[in-house]
Amino acid sequence: MGLIGDTVDSIKSIQTRQLLNQAVSLGMVVTSALIIWKALMCITGSESPVVVVLSGSMEPGFKRGDILFLHMSNDPIRAGEIVVFNVDGREIPIVHRVIKVHERQDSGEVDVLTKGDNNYGDDRLLYAQGQQWLHRHHIMGRAVGFLPYVGWVTIIMTEKPIIKYILIGALGLLVITSKD
Amino acid sequence: MMCAIASLSDNLNTPSPSAEIQIMNINWFQKQPQGNDEVSLTMNISADLQSLFTWNTKQLFIFVSAEYETPKNSLNQVSLWDAIIPAKEHAKFWIHTSNKYRFVDQGNNLRGKEFNLTLHWHVMPKTGKMFADKIVLTGYSFPEEYR
Repeated sequence: MGLIGDTVDSIKSIQTRQLLNQAVSLGMVVTSALIIWKALMCITGSESPVVVVLSGSMEPGFKRGDILFLHMSNDPIRAGEIVVFNVDGREIPIVHRVIKVHERQDSGEVDVLTKGDNNYGDDRLLYAQGQQWLHRHHIMGRAVGFLPYVGWVTIIMTEKPIIKYILIGALGLLVITSKD
Repeated sequence: MMCAIASLSDNLNTPSPSAEIQIMNINWFQKQPQGNDEVSLTMNISADLQSLFTWNTKQLFIFVSAEYETPKNSLNQVSLWDAIIPAKEHAKFWIHTSNKYRFVDQGNNLRGKEFNLTLHWHVMPKTGKMFADKIVLTGYSFPEEYR
């Protein structure tokens, strides 16, 4: 009885150690991803350094599923720049081009009007009720570069959450069954 | 990595773009009911931007903006016309057009005012870093009186 008890205990302890090992590995992967994300935020000076294009309003330049790299500097905002902005009351940021700029002499404050390249009219209909212009604090960053197609992963996972669960499940399975 | 190399090769290109803009007519020049000056004009725009295209260029987004200073604003940039040039063959062109977007001042500063017309181009790559430049054409001015 004692011998069996000892064997069971030693088996349990091996499994426990393996499990702990894998939990730590998983934790490391998640933490590394987080560190990279935060570092990107730091380097690009923007709250969300990468965004996925969700609509066709900037086609043919940017298509749904493209990834945009953002950078925010203190440089003044100028016509032609592609900016990412939030409208009060709307969750999803919009990526459009600046078509009008009026910059104040004294304060350097700026009135900005934007428009999607593929839209007929400017963005005044998208702004908040009674709002005619965007100001600096609405703007989260400028688009400085892009990668096509890569963002589709995010879109699919958002619009069909079941794929997200399948992916996480598969990842979890991979970590547990790996020999390391 | 490929993204970086693609962008690097774009830096090796030394382009020689050219442009000319003529104001053919001031269609009308009024003070709006809300009080701001507004003008409608017709322009002849010609340009050769073919040298800006590289193997990594997806399209050029080009626009003409009127740029001027007023007592209240150190800079006013108003886009008057824009276009997308999808290929090198379309980058040498001539167009006769009135302003696509309304040219409205913040105030009543336009009478007799001098302004620049700037042709901007924004290069959208197939992949990688976007960059932009412009040609500034000076010496334009509004009429002294509304019409």
